[in-house]
Amino acid sequence: MIPAQFDYVAASSIAQALELLAEHGEDAKVLAGGHSLLPMMKLRLAAPEVLVDITGVPGLRGIMQDGDEIVIGATTRHADVASSSLIRSDAPLLGHAASLVGDPQIRHRGTIGGSIAHADPAADLPMAIIALGARLELTGPDGTRMVAADDFFTGYFETALAECELLTAIRVPRRPDEPWGYQKFVRRANDWAIVGVAATGGRIALANMGPTPLRATAAEKSLAAGNDPYQAAELAAEGTSPASDIHADPDYRRHLARVLTARALTGQR
Amino acid sequence: MRVELTVNGEARSDEVEPRLLLVHYLREVCGLRAANIGCDTTSCGACTVLLDGESVKSCTVLTAQAAGSQVTTAEGLASNGDLHPVQAAFRAEHGLQCGFCTPGMVMATVSLLAENQNPTEQEVREGLEGNLCRCTGYHNIVRAVLAAAAANSEGTG
Repeated sequence: MIPAQFDYVAASSIAQALELLAEHGEDAKVLAGGHSLLPMMKLRLAAPEVLVDITGVPGLRGIMQDGDEIVIGATTRHADVASSSLIRSDAPLLGHAASLVGDPQIRHRGTIGGSIAHADPAADLPMAIIALGARLELTGPDGTRMVAADDFFTGYFETALAECELLTAIRVPRRPDEPWGYQKFVRRANDWAIVGVAATGGRIALANMGPTPLRATAAEKSLAAGNDPYQAAELAAEGTSPASDIHADPDYRRHLARVLTARALTGQR
Repeated sequence: MRVELTVNGEARSDEVEPRLLLVHYLREVCGLRAANIGCDTTSCGACTVLLDGESVKSCTVLTAQAAGSQVTTAEGLASNGDLHPVQAAFRAEHGLQCGFCTPGMVMATVSLLAENQNPTEQEVREGLEGNLCRCTGYHNIVRAVLAAAAANSEGTG
Protein backbone atom coordinates (compact mmCIF):
# COMPACT_ATOMS: atom_id res chain seq x y z
CA MET A 1 0.00 0.00 0.00
CA ILE A 2 1.31 3.40 -0.97
CA PRO A 3 0.26 6.71 0.58
CA ALA A 4 -1.22 9.50 -1.52
CA GLN A 5 1.28 12.10 -2.69
CA PHE A 6 2.50 14.71 -0.24
CA ASP A 7 5.31 17.17 0.29
CA TYR A 8 7.83 16.31 2.98
CA VAL A 9 9.61 18.93 5.05
CA ALA A 10 12.14 18.12 7.76
CA ALA A 11 11.71 20.98 10.22
CA SER A 12 14.89 22.21 11.87
CA SER A 13 13.26 24.19 14.68
CA ILE A 14 10.01 24.43 16.60
CA ALA A 15 9.46 27.87 15.08
CA GLN A 16 9.78 26.49 11.55
CA ALA A 17 7.43 23.61 12.32
CA LEU A 18 4.85 26.03 13.74
CA GLU A 19 5.17 28.28 10.67
CA LEU A 20 4.55 25.32 8.38
CA LEU A 21 1.52 24.24 10.42
CA ALA A 22 0.15 27.79 10.32
CA GLU A 23 0.78 28.05 6.58
CA HIS A 24 -0.83 24.74 5.61
CA GLY A 25 -3.52 24.43 8.28
CA GLU A 26 -5.45 21.20 8.18
CA ASP A 27 -3.60 20.07 5.05
CA ALA A 28 -0.47 19.51 7.16
CA LYS A 29 0.28 16.73 9.60
CA VAL A 30 3.14 16.45 12.05
CA LEU A 31 5.33 13.41 11.50
CA ALA A 32 7.47 11.91 14.25
CA GLY A 33 7.99 8.13 14.28
CA GLY A 34 5.09 7.77 11.86
CA HIS A 35 3.86 4.54 13.36
CA SER A 36 0.29 5.77 13.73
CA LEU A 37 0.22 8.23 10.85
CA LEU A 38 1.88 6.22 8.07
CA PRO A 39 -0.42 3.18 8.45
CA MET A 40 -3.39 5.55 8.22
CA MET A 41 -1.90 7.21 5.14
CA LYS A 42 -1.25 3.82 3.51
CA LEU A 43 -4.93 2.96 4.03
CA ARG A 44 -5.84 6.46 2.76
CA LEU A 45 -7.61 7.14 6.04
CA ALA A 46 -5.38 10.20 6.09
CA ALA A 47 -4.08 12.10 3.08
CA PRO A 48 -2.21 15.18 4.27
CA GLU A 49 -0.65 17.36 1.59
CA VAL A 50 2.35 18.25 3.73
CA LEU A 51 4.22 16.21 6.31
CA VAL A 52 6.24 18.21 8.80
CA ASP A 53 8.89 15.89 10.21
CA ILE A 54 9.86 17.08 13.70
CA THR A 55 12.27 14.29 14.60
CA GLY A 56 15.27 16.44 13.71
CA VAL A 57 14.16 19.42 15.79
CA PRO A 58 16.76 20.00 18.52
CA GLY A 59 15.52 19.84 22.10
CA LEU A 60 12.43 17.74 21.45
CA ARG A 61 14.00 14.42 22.34
CA GLY A 62 15.29 13.33 25.71
CA ILE A 63 14.39 12.60 29.32
CA MET A 64 15.41 14.80 32.24
CA GLN A 65 14.55 15.56 35.82
CA ASP A 66 13.09 18.97 36.66
CA GLY A 67 12.33 19.25 40.36
CA ASP A 68 9.40 17.01 41.21
CA GLU A 69 8.76 16.16 37.57
CA ILE A 70 10.32 14.13 34.80
CA VAL A 71 10.27 16.01 31.50
CA ILE A 72 10.09 13.82 28.41
CA GLY A 73 10.55 15.43 25.02
CA ALA A 74 7.76 14.67 22.57
CA THR A 75 9.94 12.83 20.05
CA THR A 76 11.46 10.51 22.66
CA ARG A 77 10.93 6.96 21.45
CA HIS A 78 9.08 4.25 23.36
CA ALA A 79 12.31 2.21 23.58
CA ASP A 80 14.06 5.13 25.29
CA VAL A 81 11.18 5.70 27.72
CA ALA A 82 11.05 1.98 28.54
CA SER A 83 14.79 1.74 29.19
CA SER A 84 15.25 5.03 31.06
CA SER A 85 16.58 4.42 34.57
CA LEU A 86 15.04 7.72 35.75
CA ILE A 87 11.60 6.69 34.52
CA ARG A 88 12.00 3.12 35.78
CA SER A 89 12.77 4.42 39.28
CA ASP A 90 10.55 7.52 39.56
CA ALA A 91 7.59 6.79 37.25
CA PRO A 92 7.74 3.01 36.76
CA LEU A 93 4.16 2.79 35.50
CA LEU A 94 5.14 4.88 32.48
CA GLY A 95 8.20 2.76 31.70
CA HIS A 96 6.09 -0.37 31.92
CA ALA A 97 3.42 1.12 29.63
CA ALA A 98 6.05 2.13 27.06
CA SER A 99 7.50 -1.39 27.11
CA LEU A 100 4.08 -2.77 26.11
CA VAL A 101 3.54 -0.56 23.05
CA GLY A 102 3.59 -2.66 19.89
CA ASP A 103 6.76 -4.70 19.52
CA PRO A 104 10.51 -3.95 19.60
CA GLN A 105 10.59 -2.61 16.03
CA ILE A 106 7.65 -0.30 16.73
CA ARG A 107 9.25 0.88 19.98
CA HIS A 108 12.42 1.77 18.04
CA ARG A 109 10.42 4.25 15.95
CA GLY A 110 7.24 5.29 17.74
CA THR A 111 7.37 8.34 20.02
CA ILE A 112 5.61 9.23 23.24
CA GLY A 113 4.36 12.52 21.83
CA GLY A 114 3.10 10.89 18.67
CA SER A 115 1.20 8.24 20.57
CA ILE A 116 -0.41 10.78 22.89
CA ALA A 117 -1.28 13.27 20.14
CA HIS A 118 -2.77 10.44 18.07
CA ALA A 119 -5.15 9.86 21.03
CA ASP A 120 -6.20 6.30 20.35
CA PRO A 121 -8.50 5.45 23.28
CA ALA A 122 -7.14 1.87 23.29
CA ALA A 123 -3.47 2.86 23.46
CA ASP A 124 -1.13 2.42 26.43
CA LEU A 125 0.45 5.85 26.86
CA PRO A 126 -2.68 8.04 26.91
CA MET A 127 -4.06 5.82 29.69
CA ALA A 128 -0.73 5.84 31.52
CA ILE A 129 -0.36 9.63 31.59
CA ILE A 130 -3.91 10.02 32.89
CA ALA A 131 -3.20 7.55 35.70
CA LEU A 132 0.00 9.43 36.52
CA GLY A 133 -1.62 12.87 36.45
CA ALA A 134 0.88 14.12 33.87
CA ARG A 135 0.89 17.58 32.31
CA LEU A 136 1.39 18.23 28.62
CA GLU A 137 3.34 21.13 27.20
CA LEU A 138 1.72 22.51 24.05
CA THR A 139 3.65 25.07 22.02
CA GLY A 140 1.99 27.44 19.58
CA PRO A 141 2.76 30.73 17.88
CA ASP A 142 1.96 32.62 21.10
CA GLY A 143 4.10 30.49 23.35
CA THR A 144 3.64 27.51 25.58
CA ARG A 145 0.68 26.39 27.65
CA MET A 146 0.27 23.48 30.02
CA VAL A 147 -2.72 21.16 29.81
CA ALA A 148 -3.48 18.40 32.31
CA ALA A 149 -3.62 14.91 30.79
CA ASP A 150 -7.18 14.74 32.17
CA ASP A 151 -8.19 17.64 29.89
CA PHE A 152 -6.16 16.71 26.81
CA PHE A 153 -8.31 13.98 25.28
CA THR A 154 -11.50 15.62 24.04
CA GLY A 155 -13.05 13.00 21.76
CA TYR A 156 -12.44 9.97 19.59
CA PHE A 157 -8.90 10.62 18.25
CA GLU A 158 -9.40 14.27 19.21
CA THR A 159 -7.29 16.38 21.55
CA ALA A 160 -6.99 19.87 22.98
CA LEU A 161 -4.20 20.62 20.47
CA ALA A 162 -5.03 23.60 18.27
CA GLU A 163 -4.40 23.24 14.55
CA CYS A 164 -1.11 25.12 14.68
CA GLU A 165 0.13 23.79 18.01
CA LEU A 166 2.75 21.15 18.76
CA LEU A 167 2.87 18.79 21.69
CA THR A 168 6.45 19.48 22.79
CA ALA A 169 6.89 17.74 26.16
CA ILE A 170 5.24 15.50 28.70
CA ARG A 171 5.75 16.27 32.41
CA VAL A 172 5.23 13.36 34.76
CA PRO A 173 5.22 13.67 38.57
CA ARG A 174 8.09 11.82 40.26
CA ARG A 175 6.68 9.28 42.70
CA PRO A 176 9.36 6.64 43.22
CA ASP A 177 7.65 4.82 46.10
CA GLU A 178 4.04 4.97 44.93
CA PRO A 179 2.51 1.51 44.41
CA TRP A 180 1.04 0.93 40.98
CA GLY A 181 -0.76 -1.66 38.91
CA TYR A 182 -1.18 -2.11 35.16
CA GLN A 183 -3.47 -4.41 33.26
CA LYS A 184 -3.70 -4.75 29.49
CA PHE A 185 -6.10 -7.36 28.19
CA VAL A 186 -5.21 -8.52 24.67
CA ARG A 187 -5.86 -11.60 22.58
CA ARG A 188 -2.83 -11.26 20.28
CA ALA A 189 0.79 -10.31 20.77
CA ASN A 190 1.57 -6.62 20.22
CA ASP A 191 -2.09 -5.61 20.01
CA TRP A 192 -4.00 -2.68 21.48
CA ALA A 193 -5.87 -3.25 24.72
CA ILE A 194 -9.37 -4.70 24.49
CA VAL A 195 -9.60 -3.04 27.89
CA GLY A 196 -6.71 -1.54 29.84
CA VAL A 197 -6.44 -0.28 33.41
CA ALA A 198 -3.62 1.71 35.00
CA ALA A 199 -3.80 2.60 38.68
CA THR A 200 -1.51 4.55 41.00
CA GLY A 201 -1.83 7.12 43.79
CA GLY A 202 -5.60 6.75 44.09
CA ARG A 203 -6.11 7.41 40.38
CA ILE A 204 -7.54 4.80 38.01
CA ALA A 205 -7.36 5.24 34.21
CA LEU A 206 -9.17 3.08 31.69
CA ALA A 207 -8.30 2.37 28.05
CA ASN A 208 -10.88 1.45 25.41
CA MET A 209 -13.88 2.04 27.67
CA GLY A 210 -15.16 5.00 25.65
CA PRO A 211 -14.14 7.44 22.91
CA THR A 212 -11.24 8.71 25.04
CA PRO A 213 -9.04 7.24 27.75
CA LEU A 214 -10.79 8.15 30.98
CA ARG A 215 -10.81 8.06 34.78
CA ALA A 216 -12.86 5.52 36.71
CA THR A 217 -14.10 8.26 39.02
CA ALA A 218 -16.74 6.23 40.88
CA ALA A 219 -14.16 3.59 41.75
CA GLU A 220 -11.65 6.27 42.78
CA LYS A 221 -14.21 7.84 45.12
CA SER A 222 -15.02 4.47 46.63
CA LEU A 223 -11.35 3.88 47.25
CA ALA A 224 -10.92 7.33 48.78
CA ALA A 225 -13.89 6.61 51.08
CA GLY A 226 -11.95 3.72 52.53
CA ASN A 227 -13.48 0.79 50.66
CA ASP A 228 -11.20 -2.07 49.73
CA PRO A 229 -9.91 -2.49 46.16
CA TYR A 230 -12.43 -5.20 45.31
CA GLN A 231 -15.39 -3.07 46.43
CA ALA A 232 -14.00 -0.07 44.54
CA ALA A 233 -13.39 -2.14 41.42
CA GLU A 234 -17.08 -3.08 41.27
CA LEU A 235 -17.70 0.55 40.24
CA ALA A 236 -14.95 0.69 37.59
CA ALA A 237 -17.35 0.70 34.62
CA GLU A 238 -19.74 3.32 36.07
CA GLY A 239 -20.33 6.12 33.61
CA THR A 240 -18.36 4.51 30.78
CA SER A 241 -19.66 3.95 27.25
CA PRO A 242 -17.52 1.18 25.74
CA ALA A 243 -17.89 0.31 22.09
CA SER A 244 -18.70 -3.03 20.52
CA ASP A 245 -16.30 -4.68 18.06
CA ILE A 246 -15.15 -8.13 17.00
CA HIS A 247 -13.22 -8.56 20.24
CA ALA A 248 -15.84 -7.65 22.83
CA ASP A 249 -19.33 -6.24 23.33
CA PRO A 250 -19.99 -3.44 25.86
CA ASP A 251 -21.11 -5.81 28.65
CA TYR A 252 -17.95 -7.86 28.34
CA ARG A 253 -15.82 -4.70 28.36
CA ARG A 254 -17.55 -3.53 31.56
CA HIS A 255 -16.87 -6.93 33.08
CA LEU A 256 -13.22 -6.68 32.06
CA ALA A 257 -12.96 -3.17 33.50
CA ARG A 258 -14.14 -4.43 36.90
CA VAL A 259 -11.90 -7.49 36.95
CA LEU A 260 -8.83 -5.66 35.63
CA THR A 261 -9.34 -2.73 38.01
CA ALA A 262 -9.33 -5.10 40.98
CA ARG A 263 -6.07 -6.58 39.70
CA ALA A 264 -4.51 -3.17 39.02
CA LEU A 265 -5.51 -1.87 42.46
CA THR A 266 -3.81 -4.84 44.06
CA GLY A 267 -0.59 -4.04 42.26
CA GLN A 268 -0.78 -6.69 39.55
CA ARG A 269 0.94 -5.95 36.28
CA MET B 1 13.41 14.89 -3.37
CA ARG B 2 17.02 13.83 -2.99
CA VAL B 3 17.87 11.44 -0.20
CA GLU B 4 21.37 10.59 0.95
CA LEU B 5 21.87 7.54 3.13
CA THR B 6 24.13 4.56 3.57
CA VAL B 7 22.89 1.11 2.62
CA ASN B 8 24.98 -1.88 3.69
CA GLY B 9 28.01 0.35 4.00
CA GLU B 10 27.60 2.00 0.59
CA ALA B 11 26.87 5.72 0.46
CA ARG B 12 23.93 6.43 -1.84
CA SER B 13 22.18 9.50 -3.19
CA ASP B 14 18.87 8.97 -4.93
CA GLU B 15 15.98 11.02 -6.21
CA VAL B 16 12.81 9.64 -4.63
CA GLU B 17 9.18 10.54 -4.15
CA PRO B 18 8.49 11.62 -0.54
CA ARG B 19 5.94 8.82 -0.27
CA LEU B 20 8.40 6.08 -1.24
CA LEU B 21 8.48 3.55 1.59
CA LEU B 22 11.88 2.32 2.70
CA VAL B 23 11.05 -1.29 1.83
CA HIS B 24 10.16 -0.27 -1.73
CA TYR B 25 13.34 1.80 -1.97
CA LEU B 26 15.47 -1.12 -0.83
CA ARG B 27 13.79 -3.64 -3.11
CA GLU B 28 13.17 -1.58 -6.23
CA VAL B 29 15.78 1.19 -6.23
CA CYS B 30 18.66 -0.64 -4.53
CA GLY B 31 17.73 -4.08 -5.86
CA LEU B 32 18.02 -5.61 -2.39
CA ARG B 33 15.24 -8.17 -2.13
CA ALA B 34 15.94 -9.74 1.28
CA ALA B 35 13.42 -7.57 3.11
CA ASN B 36 10.06 -9.04 2.16
CA ILE B 37 6.71 -7.29 2.05
CA GLY B 38 4.40 -9.53 4.05
CA CYS B 39 1.46 -7.90 5.79
CA ASP B 40 2.35 -4.31 4.81
CA THR B 41 0.69 -3.19 8.08
CA THR B 42 3.57 -3.11 10.62
CA SER B 43 2.53 -6.47 12.01
CA CYS B 44 4.50 -9.37 10.51
CA GLY B 45 8.07 -8.12 10.59
CA ALA B 46 9.09 -9.70 7.26
CA CYS B 47 10.39 -6.30 6.15
CA THR B 48 12.58 -5.78 9.23
CA VAL B 49 15.90 -4.04 8.54
CA LEU B 50 18.35 -2.19 10.77
CA LEU B 51 18.22 1.59 10.89
CA ASP B 52 21.36 2.83 12.65
CA GLY B 53 21.72 -0.62 14.15
CA GLU B 54 18.17 -0.98 15.46
CA SER B 55 15.40 -3.14 14.03
CA VAL B 56 12.58 -1.30 12.26
CA LYS B 57 9.76 -2.36 9.97
CA SER B 58 10.67 -0.83 6.64
CA CYS B 59 7.06 -0.90 5.38
CA THR B 60 6.33 1.83 7.92
CA VAL B 61 9.33 4.09 7.37
CA LEU B 62 9.58 6.65 4.59
CA THR B 63 12.83 6.65 2.67
CA ALA B 64 12.96 10.34 3.51
CA GLN B 65 12.96 9.48 7.21
CA ALA B 66 16.07 7.35 6.70
CA ALA B 67 18.07 10.25 5.25
CA GLY B 68 21.48 10.47 6.87
CA SER B 69 21.12 7.04 8.44
CA GLN B 70 22.81 3.68 8.06
CA VAL B 71 20.48 1.00 6.72
CA THR B 72 21.47 -2.66 6.96
CA THR B 73 19.60 -5.46 5.21
CA ALA B 74 20.24 -9.19 5.39
CA GLU B 75 22.43 -8.81 2.28
CA GLY B 76 24.76 -6.63 4.33
CA LEU B 77 25.35 -9.04 7.19
CA ALA B 78 27.89 -11.48 5.76
CA SER B 79 31.47 -10.30 5.50
CA ASN B 80 34.13 -11.70 3.17
CA GLY B 81 31.85 -14.57 2.27
CA ASP B 82 31.40 -15.65 5.89
CA LEU B 83 27.88 -15.77 7.22
CA HIS B 84 27.07 -13.49 10.14
CA PRO B 85 26.89 -15.53 13.38
CA VAL B 86 23.11 -15.10 13.46
CA GLN B 87 22.79 -16.33 9.88
CA ALA B 88 25.09 -19.26 10.66
CA ALA B 89 23.00 -20.16 13.72
CA PHE B 90 19.74 -20.05 11.74
CA ARG B 91 21.35 -22.36 9.20
CA ALA B 92 22.83 -24.75 11.78
CA GLU B 93 19.62 -24.97 13.83
CA HIS B 94 17.36 -24.99 10.78
CA GLY B 95 15.59 -21.87 12.04
CA LEU B 96 13.34 -21.67 9.02
CA GLN B 97 10.77 -23.56 7.03
CA CYS B 98 9.55 -21.71 3.93
CA GLY B 99 12.06 -18.91 4.52
CA PHE B 100 9.75 -15.95 3.90
CA CYS B 101 10.05 -14.54 7.43
CA THR B 102 13.73 -15.46 7.74
CA PRO B 103 15.44 -12.21 6.65
CA GLY B 104 13.21 -10.26 9.05
CA MET B 105 13.76 -12.79 11.83
CA VAL B 106 17.52 -12.61 11.32
CA MET B 107 17.57 -8.80 11.37
CA ALA B 108 15.31 -8.66 14.44
CA THR B 109 17.66 -11.15 16.11
CA VAL B 110 20.76 -9.08 15.33
CA SER B 111 19.05 -6.08 16.95
CA LEU B 112 17.80 -8.13 19.92
CA LEU B 113 21.26 -9.55 20.64
CA ALA B 114 22.79 -6.08 20.39
CA GLU B 115 20.47 -4.98 23.21
CA ASN B 116 20.60 -8.21 25.24
CA GLN B 117 23.62 -10.42 24.65
CA ASN B 118 22.42 -13.38 26.70
CA PRO B 119 18.63 -13.51 26.52
CA THR B 120 16.59 -16.22 28.20
CA GLU B 121 14.27 -18.28 26.03
CA GLN B 122 11.37 -16.15 27.31
CA GLU B 123 13.24 -12.96 26.41
CA VAL B 124 13.89 -14.33 22.92
CA ARG B 125 10.21 -15.12 22.42
CA GLU B 126 9.20 -11.65 23.63
CA GLY B 127 12.03 -10.00 21.71
CA LEU B 128 10.74 -11.55 18.47
CA GLU B 129 7.08 -10.76 19.10
CA GLY B 130 7.17 -8.35 16.18
CA ASN B 131 7.99 -11.14 13.73
CA LEU B 132 5.48 -13.72 12.57
CA CYS B 133 6.40 -17.08 11.03
CA ARG B 134 3.54 -18.24 8.85
CA CYS B 135 4.87 -21.82 9.07
CA THR B 136 4.71 -21.48 12.88
CA GLY B 137 8.30 -22.71 13.01
CA TYR B 138 9.09 -20.83 16.17
CA HIS B 139 10.85 -23.57 18.15
CA ASN B 140 13.82 -23.82 15.81
CA ILE B 141 13.94 -20.05 15.40
CA VAL B 142 14.19 -19.58 19.17
CA ARG B 143 16.81 -22.35 19.29
CA ALA B 144 18.79 -20.55 16.57
CA VAL B 145 18.71 -17.24 18.46
CA LEU B 146 19.91 -18.91 21.65
CA ALA B 147 22.66 -20.66 19.69
CA ALA B 148 23.73 -17.36 18.14
CA ALA B 149 23.85 -15.75 21.58
CA ALA B 150 25.96 -18.63 22.90
CA ALA B 151 28.30 -18.45 19.89
CA ASN B 152 28.68 -14.69 20.42
CA SER B 153 29.58 -15.04 24.08
CA GLU B 154 32.11 -17.77 23.24
CA GLY B 155 33.60 -15.53 20.59
CA THR B 156 33.94 -12.57 22.94
CA GLY B 157 34.42 -14.38 26.24
